[in-house]
Amino acid sequence: MNIIHIIGFILMIIGFWGLLTQKNMIKIVLALAIVETGLQLVMVTFGFIKGHTAPILDSSELVKGAAEMIVDPVPQALVLTAIVIGVAVNALMLTFVIRLYQKKKTLSITEYKDLKW
Amino acid sequence: MIKKLFAAVLLVFMAVMFYQLYSNITEKSELSGVARGYAERGASELGTQNIVTSIVVTYRGLDTLGEVSVLFIAATGVAVLLRRRKEDEEYAAPSKRQSSEILQTGTKLLTPIIVMFGVYIFINGHLSPGGGFQGGAVIASAVLLLFLSDVNYKINHGLFNIIESFSGAFYVLIGILGLLLFGANNFLDNRILPLGEFGMLLSAGAIPVIYSLVGLKVGTELASIIDNMKKD
Repeated sequence: MNIIHIIGFILMIIGFWGLLTQKNMIKIVLALAIVETGLQLVMVTFGFIKGHTAPILDSSELVKGAAEMIVDPVPQALVLTAIVIGVAVNALMLTFVIRLYQKKKTLSITEYKDLKW
Repeated sequence: MIKKLFAAVLLVFMAVMFYQLYSNITEKSELSGVARGYAERGASELGTQNIVTSIVVTYRGLDTLGEVSVLFIAATGVAVLLRRRKEDEEYAAPSKRQSSEILQTGTKLLTPIIVMFGVYIFINGHLSPGGGFQGGAVIASAVLLLFLSDVNYKINHGLFNIIESFSGAFYVLIGILGLLLFGANNFLDNRILPLGEFGMLLSAGAIPVIYSLVGLKVGTELASIIDNMKKD
């Protein structure tokens, strides 16, 4: 039970609201970035242990009793990966938006009907 | 209207789902499983102060290699999609205004310091919070500052390509060196170099080398993404 979990879930819901309701493609990409941020917050908070410190062993007692004194480092490593991949994917999506805009001169997703039936 | 209603219903379902997840979270009081193993063995086995770095670079090193590849593919995709075609040539960009004196002078002052800070972050990745990805992003921000201050600034593509290719190739070579020296289970083993004294800058075997290569690669890749997006 942690307030950061709630904030992360709320951010994810805000992001999904943006995905479902926005028409501007740049806003859709931003909404996906907000979902990512919320998910990363939730993931990194799963590794939190009350009273434990960061997984950096800069004193001798931390080196000896590392397993009893640090928070879970595995979610942190995962989130580090997720952030980098998120940046790359966002850049690629914005590139698609730029190309689409150059073709049709509009950012509204309702104008793109090629995949609709 | 009906679409808005549908979206609202969907979000309510999602909120219920998250509430179920949230109410079932049990607070941990100690490390378990693989995390405990990493915490107990990381310092003595690999000589890293930063446990997250030992996971990212060595224990899960193959994942990081894949991550760097994904970043590379994304940067290539951006470059391919945004490259200038022949028919776009007649589209002349409107003449741009020079940036202000304050920004130009500030950039000259700050760029070397920002690059140095990025290098500091990735060289100290095994000792303190930081690492190749963060340091690379800081270096790319220095390039972004150069683009902002000078409208005609062009990055040196040849140099960037050489740095990027060589750091990627050396990263894989270090991984293969672990295979050759220690056998089949030791891809990307950091003990191909001496572990050194715990907590010193030149310690933890190959981890500072790998993170420096990752930092250079990420920095040049993000800088070329910025460069490609700025063209249009």
